[in-house]
Amino acid sequence: MTVLKSEADRRRPWWEGVTLAALRSRLQQLLAFASLIVIYTFFAFASPYFFTYDNFISILYSTVVIGTLAVGTTFVIISAGIDLSIGTGMALCAVMSGVFIVNAGLPPALGVPLTVLFGGFMGLVNGINVAVLRVPPFIATLAMMLVAEGLALVVSDSTPIYFNDVSGYTGISTGHLVPGLDIPNAVLVLLAVSALSGLLLTKTVLGRYTYSIGSNEEATALSGVNVRRWKIAIYAFAGLFIGLAGVLISARLGSAQPATGMGYELQAIAAVVIGGTSLSGGKGSIVGTLIGALIISVLNNGLQIMSIPQEWQNVILGCVILVAVYADRVRRGEP
Amino acid sequence: MTAAGDAARALLDVEGVDKSFPGVRALHGMRLDLRHGEVLALVGENGAGKSTLMKLLSGIHTADSGTFRLNGAPYHPTSPRHALELGISIIHQEFNLVPDLTVAQNIYIGREPRRARLLLDDRRLRADAAELLDRLHLPLDPRAVVGELTVAHQQMVEIAKALSYRPRVLIMDEPTAALNDAEVATLHELIRRFVRPDTGVIYISHRMAEIKRIADRVTVIRDGEYVATREVAGAETPEIIALMVGRAIRSGARPEGVREGREVVLDVQGLSTKALLTDVSFDLRRGEILGFAGLMGAGRTEVARALVGADPSRAGRITLRGKEVRIGNPADAARLGIGYLSEDRKRFGLLLEQDVKANVALSALRDRFTRAGFVRDGALRAQAERVAGTLRIKTPSVHQTAKHLSGGNQQKVVIAKWLVKDCDILIFDEPTRGIDVGAKEEIYQLLNQLAAQGKSIIMISSELPEILRLSHRVVVMSEGRVTRVLEAGEATQENIMHYATLRPDENPADAAELGLPAGEEKAGRP
Repeated sequence: MTVLKSEADRRRPWWEGVTLAALRSRLQQLLAFASLIVIYTFFAFASPYFFTYDNFISILYSTVVIGTLAVGTTFVIISAGIDLSIGTGMALCAVMSGVFIVNAGLPPALGVPLTVLFGGFMGLVNGINVAVLRVPPFIATLAMMLVAEGLALVVSDSTPIYFNDVSGYTGISTGHLVPGLDIPNAVLVLLAVSALSGLLLTKTVLGRYTYSIGSNEEATALSGVNVRRWKIAIYAFAGLFIGLAGVLISARLGSAQPATGMGYELQAIAAVVIGGTSLSGGKGSIVGTLIGALIISVLNNGLQIMSIPQEWQNVILGCVILVAVYADRVRRGEP
Repeated sequence: MTAAGDAARALLDVEGVDKSFPGVRALHGMRLDLRHGEVLALVGENGAGKSTLMKLLSGIHTADSGTFRLNGAPYHPTSPRHALELGISIIHQEFNLVPDLTVAQNIYIGREPRRARLLLDDRRLRADAAELLDRLHLPLDPRAVVGELTVAHQQMVEIAKALSYRPRVLIMDEPTAALNDAEVATLHELIRRFVRPDTGVIYISHRMAEIKRIADRVTVIRDGEYVATREVAGAETPEIIALMVGRAIRSGARPEGVREGREVVLDVQGLSTKALLTDVSFDLRRGEILGFAGLMGAGRTEVARALVGADPSRAGRITLRGKEVRIGNPADAARLGIGYLSEDRKRFGLLLEQDVKANVALSALRDRFTRAGFVRDGALRAQAERVAGTLRIKTPSVHQTAKHLSGGNQQKVVIAKWLVKDCDILIFDEPTRGIDVGAKEEIYQLLNQLAAQGKSIIMISSELPEILRLSHRVVVMSEGRVTRVLEAGEATQENIMHYATLRPDENPADAAELGLPAGEEKAGRP
């Protein structure tokens, strides 16, 4: 096999690997990145308070929750699914973290993995509803969104759970693992899981089948891939990120707020879409999603610094989503 | 049929047309003339420029240079709508129908009759459609939902839609690709009724036998250029094919017959489904090509899908190499070495947006190209390149996106997928549908080679010459049942059609005595 490969390589002219598709996908990410730079530069000139190291770190920090949710959801969306339950699911996971660690008194080293697994369990249920019961993803996860919202309130008795007495819990988000660099741990966690996810998406069977199912589910099934099982795996995998986001947000706030999840799902989906992932499946990347999440953060941060009211920030974000997706279509040369 | 007096002035005249797309010269000095009252066949391999020419004529694209004249007047459509208004209707190979709407709604889509400008006038819509269908002698119910119709009937809807504009020129792109012989006869009847001294038809097809039956002249194009035009009456098929591919095609010999004595690899007994199949039994031997013949809707595809577990079966026993197996889904089938190549490559076979290597590796990804869950891209690419070389897949590289390949090469990619999976049993459903003559020949040779290597092949085909040429035995189906298994020696076009049109409740032996003429029974479909 190796002999064959090197022979093939020797015969191959240098330009042959450089296909139009590869170039275009590279360009596409570059352009999303370029717009991030443009927006960033704009704010840097617009406000003297924007372009500072502290603010840069603050932007990264505020990207963490949306970014974590968005990275998980990227898998679901590439497989031509959708997950609306990630926002309230995250609130439920935050509450569960409180239940495990504060109420039950488990050490964080056990409570945190349990919370992440709980998120995975929610994803598993989503996956079963979608793949086995054949409920359309939009409906299945809409139902889960409502269930999670209600359960978060029921379990917590509608009151926040505070982690004040748990030593080290808030450090998961706010601590600084790397001394002197001043980067909060939450950012490092996001970078680490993104790198891992990128690897999984591009280099493993899970990632390959995620793209295949999103491209053509029926053809993939007829090719002998157990699509049902892999779809469950994709939703369950994305669920782990719901759990992780629940841990990160509760650690950042020092408390589990049962009523704060709603709306995060749409921001996360927006990040995925701005990052060039197609809602019809088969296309997308983790790098794109991270850039998309950063664009949202930079906009929120910059507009806030420029003292633009919250209401207008949403108007502008909405317009950015439209422009981003339209620009993406134009780039691809689609009609 | 030709109106000799008008021959001097063509109905449609195309002269010196050039069209380029970025990086590709699609047409160069293309010309074509359609006479009044004639059916002109247009033939050429895939990629010869037929579709581009159609897109220019239908106003989807604009030519870089050259002239178009319709009935002597300059013809420059700016949109498909405009083309229709100017008098050219095109029926594309892939239907433009809305499956959830009714026949009447589809025919008049975009120009529905209204009352008071805003309200839809459904009654008039149905009445207009009924009148139109009646005038065209089409046996369709205006209220039927299009998605529930057979392919043949859907095509009738397309034809009704096209003719409702009362065009001067009707262009049909591969109109018979999905039709059986009886349906083709009905279609030809329609075409003959349409052609009058002031109209004409351009008929794009790969099937030479049909062209001989319906067309007056045939124009051959190749590589975006005009090659020749011949009177059909004086043209021999090999000559046309040679013009088309630029070389003579050697037609292969018939298979030497039954592979008696060879071990039975697959034995299917009493396969039944809820919808259609009743008690389907047959066996498949090592190194055999087992043809499956029958009319559209006879249940051949259903047998394949039930066999690989893509659709649930109600009853049936499948024995694989002497061992009874249960196949619950296509993953089971793939694991047992049974691969199914669907008739609808784009929908069921390919990841169109993914590249060649991703498609080739899809089935065997986990067995052959992973280590601890990680994909071994180097091995995968090398294998894809090797199999692309063996099958002579024409692609700039294995990184090419599947949708950019021609039909024949897409089919080869699907075949490659199953070869890489190392399946012993391959089920080909219409392996050469929508594939040009040259590539067809390659697919045939490939099937023969695979059989010679000891693979067992089930080949479902609606083209009898294909069945006759390749099959060692032929299973003939009708209305969900096997009506006969013919040995190569006894399989003839007439024989197969006879059993294919047999109603299963008739005693086959009795019916055989009657010697019913082939195809008659189904000619006048409801």
